[in-house]
Amino acid sequence: MNSIIDDIRAAARQLLADGKVDVVIGYEKGSLPLKSTPCFLRSPQDADKLIWDETCENNLATYAATTAGKKAIIAKGCDSRALMVLLQENQLVRDDLYIIGVSCPGVIDKNKIEAETGEIIEATITDGKVSVKGILCDKEYNFTDVKDAYCQTCRYPNPVLVDLKIGGTVEAPQSDFSDVLALENNSAEERKAYFKEQMSKCIRCYACRNACPMCYCQECFVDCNAPKWLTGGVDTAENLLFQTGRALHLAGRCVECGACSRACPQGVDIRALSRKVNKDVKEMYNHESGISEDIKPALNVYSADDPEEFLVKE
Amino acid sequence: MKISKEKFGQSFDALTAEYQVVAPVSEAGAVNFKAAKSFSEVKQDYLNSKLPPKSLLFPQHEKLLSYVKDGKDITVKNELKVGKTVLFGIRPCDAKAMLLLDKVFKNDQYRDPYYFDRRDNTVIVGLACNKIAPTCFCSSMGISPACSEGSDLLLIDLGDSYNVEVITEKGKDLLAGLGELAELSAEEQAIVDTVKSAQTTSKVDVSTITAKLDKMFDNSYWDTLHEKCLGCNACSFSCPTCHCFDISEEVTKNEGSRVRTWDACMAPLFTLHGSGHNPRDKKKTRWRQRMMHKFNYFVHNNGDIACVGCGRCIKGCPVNMDIRQAIDGVNKAEVVVD
Repeated sequence: MNSIIDDIRAAARQLLADGKVDVVIGYEKGSLPLKSTPCFLRSPQDADKLIWDETCENNLATYAATTAGKKAIIAKGCDSRALMVLLQENQLVRDDLYIIGVSCPGVIDKNKIEAETGEIIEATITDGKVSVKGILCDKEYNFTDVKDAYCQTCRYPNPVLVDLKIGGTVEAPQSDFSDVLALENNSAEERKAYFKEQMSKCIRCYACRNACPMCYCQECFVDCNAPKWLTGGVDTAENLLFQTGRALHLAGRCVECGACSRACPQGVDIRALSRKVNKDVKEMYNHESGISEDIKPALNVYSADDPEEFLVKE
Repeated sequence: MKISKEKFGQSFDALTAEYQVVAPVSEAGAVNFKAAKSFSEVKQDYLNSKLPPKSLLFPQHEKLLSYVKDGKDITVKNELKVGKTVLFGIRPCDAKAMLLLDKVFKNDQYRDPYYFDRRDNTVIVGLACNKIAPTCFCSSMGISPACSEGSDLLLIDLGDSYNVEVITEKGKDLLAGLGELAELSAEEQAIVDTVKSAQTTSKVDVSTITAKLDKMFDNSYWDTLHEKCLGCNACSFSCPTCHCFDISEEVTKNEGSRVRTWDACMAPLFTLHGSGHNPRDKKKTRWRQRMMHKFNYFVHNNGDIACVGCGRCIKGCPVNMDIRQAIDGVNKAEVVVD
């Protein structure tokens, strides 16, 4: 992806130099191997800090509403979808936003690598190969084998809303909901056992919620104490209530960026829940969030022609 | 002196009759401290546990007392249950962290019974680090990968046996029942010497940080440090020294309990007053608090930095906030003198 970086830097430099934006939100090199870190640039001289590669895993749309002033945001396909939903939900002012869109071949699932190599000491990405020196062993991977699970089923790697598009387009992987079907086909007992194990890992740090661009409620239901929906308990049942509650709040809004799963320090399979909800929304409402400005969020529209029986008609 | 792992394992299994033995166990893809019934469950070659062992003494969610109301009668029940525990295999950073937590839960005016009744009934068997992770920086925090501070016994893994070092009387008593000790071979002594002299490769300079922070409350450094932080609790909950908590009532119709739950300074709710006022309503002030508490206030109050260099917050952060860089930033910040 790296020939693209010069164009991203040039665009950021120009936007800041011309005073068109106050801040450029992008990625810079992180302190850990295979990890980038979000950065906020306010001076044209800083544009060279920007990077663009398979480690740019955070969804920068999360910062859009909380960063003051006019901002340019580097947006992958999923990030641009998130920005679109935020605009549709009146959380952002379009004129304050400049979207630098970049097509995305996917990001690395570092956890998958570290499960084998142990903590990564050094790593390089060259020509689709990821070479890792780990504390347990050294290993070389094909990028496609260690691509984040969300990216493997991503249908929108190309930004859907841009002010400036940089680089070429990426072919969207063929994907269906076979991953959800596989889980659905398990027996109730097997699914219960699976989610019980997953939820036992959750420490309720809320990294998933805070990394999610769509989780912007001023008061999250888990923090509300009148009424108190949840205790501070960290048992499996309470954790499941939090995770399913969050997944349902995202019905028709989740853009499948995977920021929640990648943020989770405990490796909880949050994706299993969000994919199921997204499959249901697709089947029931034929809706995918944030793919067009003309399509309103599935659960935000009212139609007198709604075929559902519950709709009261004269 | 050394003890063979075979003998140690038998003693470990026997200990579980008298003690709750908590050890590093692999579960759901991660190594954490859990009650183990047999030495065979213990994960030997782990770098460090995903979560710190502090929850053993200071659980994330703990009932302090419970009550039942029957008309005008109220029955209150103390929920503190304490048994004898052996905490096996904790790393020197986490053992040192226990000493720091001790300072929080006991001072000249108060001894927290929930923490200390457990603490006093716990024997800590530390296990030195033969492997050092790139995110470890304990050597900069006054300890080292084979530091004995906080352990009652310190073990060094020699392959088929452990080198055993008695640190406290408690450790001596425990060791008496563990089995016979043997002399180290020259090769084994060499391993011990190597582990004992090892240092972390990652380092930070905290030599002047406390004094520097004295003058930095209004510094512009805080204006940008926090920007990428998401304000989650991943760093605090994975920190072996973070100890802030919330006390609340969990009540149903006629019964309830008073519970203590981990809280974290990175969350806006942490300082939200009942009036709606929030004295730390910005990420900027919350990050300043995190740095000040660990590297300044705790030092003034308790004489130690409240960080042991375990690196868990670095590994767990979703946006790669790195405490080593934050420390470096403080060192480099310009202080304007009036």
